Amino acid sequence: MNKLAMRDVYGETLVELGKIYPNLVVLDADVSKSTKTISFAKTFPDRFFDVGIAEANLMGISAGIASTGKIVFASTFSVFASGRAYDQVRQSIAYPGRNVKIVATHCGVSAGEDGAMHQAFEDIALMRSMPNMRVIVPSDGIETRKVIEKIAEISGPFYVRLARPATPVIFDESYEFKLGKGTILREGRDGVIVACGIMTYIALESAEILLRDGIDIGVVNMSSVKPIDTELVSLLSQRYEYIFSCEDHNIIGGLGSAIGEILPPTKAKLIRIGINDEFGDSGKFEELLRFYKLDPISVSEKIRKVMLDDRI
Amino acid sequence: MKYEIEKLPEIARRIRYNTLYMITKAGSGHPGGSLSAVDIMVALYFNIMRYRVDDPFWEDRDRFILSKGHACPALYAIFYELGIINREELDTLRKPGSRLQGHPDIKKLPWAEFSSGSLGQGLSFAVGVALAGKIDKKDYYTFVLIGDGESQEGQVWEAAMSARKFRLDHLIGITDRNGLQIDGDTESVMPLDPLADKWRAFGWNVIEIDGHNFSQIISAVEKAKENEGTPTMIIAHTTKGKGVSFMENVVDFHGKAPSLKEWESAMVELGGDSDE
Repeated sequence: MNKLAMRDVYGETLVELGKIYPNLVVLDADVSKSTKTISFAKTFPDRFFDVGIAEANLMGISAGIASTGKIVFASTFSVFASGRAYDQVRQSIAYPGRNVKIVATHCGVSAGEDGAMHQAFEDIALMRSMPNMRVIVPSDGIETRKVIEKIAEISGPFYVRLARPATPVIFDESYEFKLGKGTILREGRDGVIVACGIMTYIALESAEILLRDGIDIGVVNMSSVKPIDTELVSLLSQRYEYIFSCEDHNIIGGLGSAIGEILPPTKAKLIRIGINDEFGDSGKFEELLRFYKLDPISVSEKIRKVMLDDRI
Repeated sequence: MKYEIEKLPEIARRIRYNTLYMITKAGSGHPGGSLSAVDIMVALYFNIMRYRVDDPFWEDRDRFILSKGHACPALYAIFYELGIINREELDTLRKPGSRLQGHPDIKKLPWAEFSSGSLGQGLSFAVGVALAGKIDKKDYYTFVLIGDGESQEGQVWEAAMSARKFRLDHLIGITDRNGLQIDGDTESVMPLDPLADKWRAFGWNVIEIDGHNFSQIISAVEKAKENEGTPTMIIAHTTKGKGVSFMENVVDFHGKAPSLKEWESAMVELGGDSDE
């Protein structure tokens, strides 16, 4: 299976956008080699600014530059972008609606061996609860490029959450990202998984495993966590008895919570799969997926158990 | 907007009067740090800065960023003087739906440039504005007023480093060095001195002045504009509560509105509202 790292695609896309938009600038806080903004820095050294290890200042300067009519992309790791600089994002960017795109990498368990201190399991919750902020969690490299291209066109703040490792490619070039729209990737009979980020390909693999046991599960990619696709969630709640949300994020405040907030009063049950309100741990990406029971086998087992328990 | 220096004291008197009027009417607000900053802001808006009252988005305007957002009544009084807000609005400070929010709201009043209020953020924003001006080869100046107590925020020093790195000589910071903060005098709450040396150590051009002396304020800005390659910090020594004897250097008036009785006596000291 073809794999792409979202952050690599991000770096390449910035370079392409830099050619299209002369008013696009990029800032980083000493992690440009990891977030891949370094690609932009090399191509457009006059439009790239490294503020050093100072995330609060990163957000403040980004807001100031954006106030003059520029498109600003600001990058660091998700744990710092959302938590360390929360107040600056809130006051300097979200409140006045500045045209700053916060593209945060190394999200969730994808920060891997760096452990809990580098793993943001709360960033979707933090950013989603902030008025004016839109939260996008792309599921593969192709979608990452489509998202980055799209948000450059739309004025105002965004928080985009990207993973570190190369992950399987789900979409092809014909895919079009639409803000506030989910995508049905697989139709199912018995239930549906609604996923975002790296959990989308894992959901697809889980659905394959479940099918071998005769459980037919659909998969929806909900990369636009805010605004969320209310219409699609409503449709799923009428069609399915079981909706499983799936995210590498705390089950409190993330995608699952977002779905729960808008779930119409049907008989559909929402089961949230994610990090169960705990901090992270050190390990390789794949190890951590298993450790937190977010790998395809664990996810399929959880779904099977929920559905079998209900039928007893 | 260019007034002769001789005209500035009378403008400042009216600004002080209306600042205190609004706070008294609202029943809450921050008189001390508003009054200490009035003369600096009057010099900027009525002598130094280039801007268009009818076009807050004019891209070549000089920017004034009030990082110590709690001093916004003074800014609103200036906006009233400029005709941006009307007489009736002075009575709406800190009331629901008003353009005169408890801290500046640029969505309602874009002339304010920055929605400040969480201290320590204005200088970073100003660095961004000045940096954008440099990228675009604009000649506007970015002024940012920070409080001395505010300078205890670490972000101020992150911004200080970056302004020097990017060689922002069109960035002019002014510290309202009134020496007091909510819990007491700055040197006992969290010492700032030697403040000028700190800014020099961060690579800034530093000028120290009396922040109530118009000719010193104006000449400091002129010197800052002549300086090339580094940002300038003007440390303006001021008196908290300046202009109202019973408020001067009284820490309690940091965030307390005067009573009606106190207002009546302040009104006499400030010479009344010559508008009426």
